[in-house]
Amino acid sequence: MNGPILELDGLSKVYPGGLKALDNVDLTIRKGEIFALLGPNGAGKTTLIGAVCGLVRPTGGTIRAFGHDLARDWRKARARIGLVPQELSTDMFEPVQRAVAYSRGLFGLAPDPARIEEILRSLSLWEKRDTRIMALSGGMKRRVLIAKALAHEPDILFLDEPTAGVDVELRKGMWAIIDQMRDRGVTVILTTHYIEEAEGMADRVGIIRKGQIIMVDEKDAMMARLGRTEAHIALAQPLDELPPELAGYPIEIEEGGTSLCYRGGDGTGRGKEEVANVTKALIASGIDYTGIDIRESSLEDIFVSLLGEEQAA
Amino acid sequence: MIGWRSTWSIYTRELMRFLRTAFQSVLAPVLTTSLYFIVFGAAIGGRMPDLGGVDYGAFIIPGLLMLTLLGETTSNSSFGIYMPRFTGTIYELLSAPVGVAETLIGFVGAAMTKSLILAAIILLTARLFVDYSIAHPLLAVVYIMLVAAAFSLFGFILGIWADNFEKLGIIPMLFLTPLTFLGGTFYSIDMLPEPWDTIALANPIVYLVSGLRWTFYGSSDVNIWISFGITLAFLAACVAVIAYIFRTGWRLRP
Repeated sequence: MNGPILELDGLSKVYPGGLKALDNVDLTIRKGEIFALLGPNGAGKTTLIGAVCGLVRPTGGTIRAFGHDLARDWRKARARIGLVPQELSTDMFEPVQRAVAYSRGLFGLAPDPARIEEILRSLSLWEKRDTRIMALSGGMKRRVLIAKALAHEPDILFLDEPTAGVDVELRKGMWAIIDQMRDRGVTVILTTHYIEEAEGMADRVGIIRKGQIIMVDEKDAMMARLGRTEAHIALAQPLDELPPELAGYPIEIEEGGTSLCYRGGDGTGRGKEEVANVTKALIASGIDYTGIDIRESSLEDIFVSLLGEEQAA
Repeated sequence: MIGWRSTWSIYTRELMRFLRTAFQSVLAPVLTTSLYFIVFGAAIGGRMPDLGGVDYGAFIIPGLLMLTLLGETTSNSSFGIYMPRFTGTIYELLSAPVGVAETLIGFVGAAMTKSLILAAIILLTARLFVDYSIAHPLLAVVYIMLVAAAFSLFGFILGIWADNFEKLGIIPMLFLTPLTFLGGTFYSIDMLPEPWDTIALANPIVYLVSGLRWTFYGSSDVNIWISFGITLAFLAACVAVIAYIFRTGWRLRP
């Protein structure tokens, strides 16, 4: 397992108006991983990114990146961190290639036209290199921001809502780009509202709410621990009560006895096995069925359920 | 340690921004200066006596230069930092390994360069209307650079302080331009009756115009070293304010 590349220890941020955006956040990001930070609007995701990237002044705690304390060795640390902001913020009058070359220079690196070309080609922007950014489509503008963030070859890349407001095709293109980052060994930390995005790409997932990290885990472990299977079995004949063979299964009669509902298992596939056993037990009991609708819970279900539990607590 | 590559990137980008509007940036001061010379130099100046042995048309050159210098330098610099704040592109500067030195040298250096280009254009335009010579050319260049640096820094502060376009324009429009007009641009404060000649000394722009006029013609309303001293003090005050802004993150990093 790779060691830590970024460590937040007791990170807090209280804005001048009194809003507590980050509340004693402890978080460790491992080198080379894709980490998805999930949370509802106003949870503190962008403030957390801002605190690491130098856009926001933390009011407490420490941030260490690559072993450097960001408060002291901010130059060394920032030189290796890239940021793609949520908003399409760039000088719209600038041509693409010049904008990307500027970003490289701003981070203190010597001009390297070959490297800029490589980045632009990888993002399908090379043909547009002399085009003013204002003339590009929304998706291309977002890719320009990624190119700018990659221009100084960062080891950590923050993507704040990289697919917000973009269409499905473009979103998939963005996922492919993030996969490229992973292949290059870049550590990617992304925030997103599309939980399926995190589910598809992230190695680990962190959930933040009201400035507090309420859970961090491997995505697969989280799915295994909190995942559920839900199956609806449509019966050929209505049933008044469950046969004794089904005792012990998390199963209920619903829709006036015309359907059975199974809710149980975990994210490892135990639920599917149990549903298969339930159908065998039904046949053994002489109960016929006409259809089965089975569904594994998604990360989104887990996310919504976790936030719901937190809210209730 | 200053990151010179970062500084150069900021500087060249700011100059590029200037070049994008070069036509307007160059034409406007040429036109304005020409109009001033036509109205004050030719139409009115012909009826004015020499001031301190200097033809009136030549007398107003340092004042006109200062008028453009203060306005352009302040607005170039304030726009330079305000626009990234307004559009959100400042995130890139704030997240880069760039400190106060790189930012200031980049932004303020570019604003100074633009101002010096404009100063040269104005002097060349003036040559079309008036015959003049500069008594202390080296000191004139140094003084113009000092004033350009001080007001670039001032504009930078203004661009950080302003949270809307109205505030951005209010200081140059309501304070800087009137004070420059009242600061001896078109006259010597000796020409003012009592007590206005004394009151005029409370206007800091008087010292700037007077200082530049001394470098041109060797005579001025105020002692040249007082002018230098006040310019340097203003510059130092602006540097102190900017150092405070960067230390506290005021209006830059919430």
